[in-house]
Amino acid sequence: MSAKVLTITSGKGGVGKTTATANIGAALAKRGQKVACIDADIGLRNLDVVMGLENRIVYDLVDAVEGRCRLNQAMIKDKYIPGLYLIPSAQTRDKTAVSPSDMIRLCNGLRSDLDWILIDSPAGIERGFKNAIAPADEVLVITNPEVSAVRDADRIIGIVEAEEKGSPRLLLNRLDPEMVKQNNMLSADDVVDLLAIHLLGIIPEDKAVLISTNKGTPIALDEKSLAGQAYRNIAQRLLGEDVPLLDLDKGSGFFKRISSVFGSGEKQHG
Amino acid sequence: MDNFIKRIFSKEPSSADQAKDRLRLVLINDRTDLSSEAMESLKDDLLDVLSRYIKIDPKSVQIDITQEGRQQRLIADIPIAGPVSRKY
Repeated sequence: MSAKVLTITSGKGGVGKTTATANIGAALAKRGQKVACIDADIGLRNLDVVMGLENRIVYDLVDAVEGRCRLNQAMIKDKYIPGLYLIPSAQTRDKTAVSPSDMIRLCNGLRSDLDWILIDSPAGIERGFKNAIAPADEVLVITNPEVSAVRDADRIIGIVEAEEKGSPRLLLNRLDPEMVKQNNMLSADDVVDLLAIHLLGIIPEDKAVLISTNKGTPIALDEKSLAGQAYRNIAQRLLGEDVPLLDLDKGSGFFKRISSVFGSGEKQHG
Repeated sequence: MDNFIKRIFSKEPSSADQAKDRLRLVLINDRTDLSSEAMESLKDDLLDVLSRYIKIDPKSVQIDITQEGRQQRLIADIPIAGPVSRKY
């Protein structure tokens, strides 16, 4: 095995990096892949609560980098899915505790034992972000269909390309098909047109995401949730399978059917 | 349907269209690090230099930054009115 290192970043905060990392990790592990999710946001630990593993932390990323524990001691086993691990960030240190070369060394030490290493990047374009993309084989940029998030995504894409990480792929999070239909939200086509990178997946706005995060369970395991379906599809695409994008933009028959069957809260207009 | 009728009768573009148009300009500025004022003075300087060699009508000149994927291009369309009359 030689793991692929995938960094999830966004520029702007609060667009869904941590949720995406946890759920893509869960969906990949569910398909039999061995996955470690690394929280690279040192000082602002988050991925542990989203994954529901906050009570199991003994060692963290900085302990592993500074040699206070072995790499596998910093890997916390997921509660639900075999083959899924978390390396939590340190809460009491800051981003200067780790350097980009530390991150490369850490990931190289993990590669032989894993299929995927997912890195949850901090917001911004500073040290923490540089740490997160340094070991990346591929970068995913996540954004919302919203002016400030799209602008910051464009900045990040420029930096990732300048760092010779190749062209990142795009995740569009929290798309509301009803608002797109009313011409009150940028569509997936609009965002792709503006950012001019390949779209890996669209995650629709879905209240079930917050509910599952509240419980510390991955939405990717929720068979009834459309967002969960979106994450499962993204994992399949990462594994090289050809899965069509969920057709949400035009409030298509497919989406209406799904939302009415599962009652995802979309009101139908007569 | 209500929305459709509203859009037909109102001159204002939809908020999604406004978002897209505003972003298009912002991204060009961000990517080129060229403000709209800097762009204007670039055009003026370019016309200055060109008019030393050829006669041009500044009003018919079109200089814009266009986007091709993530690549920015400065496209200039400059109709030539004639040679500059030289004094011998």
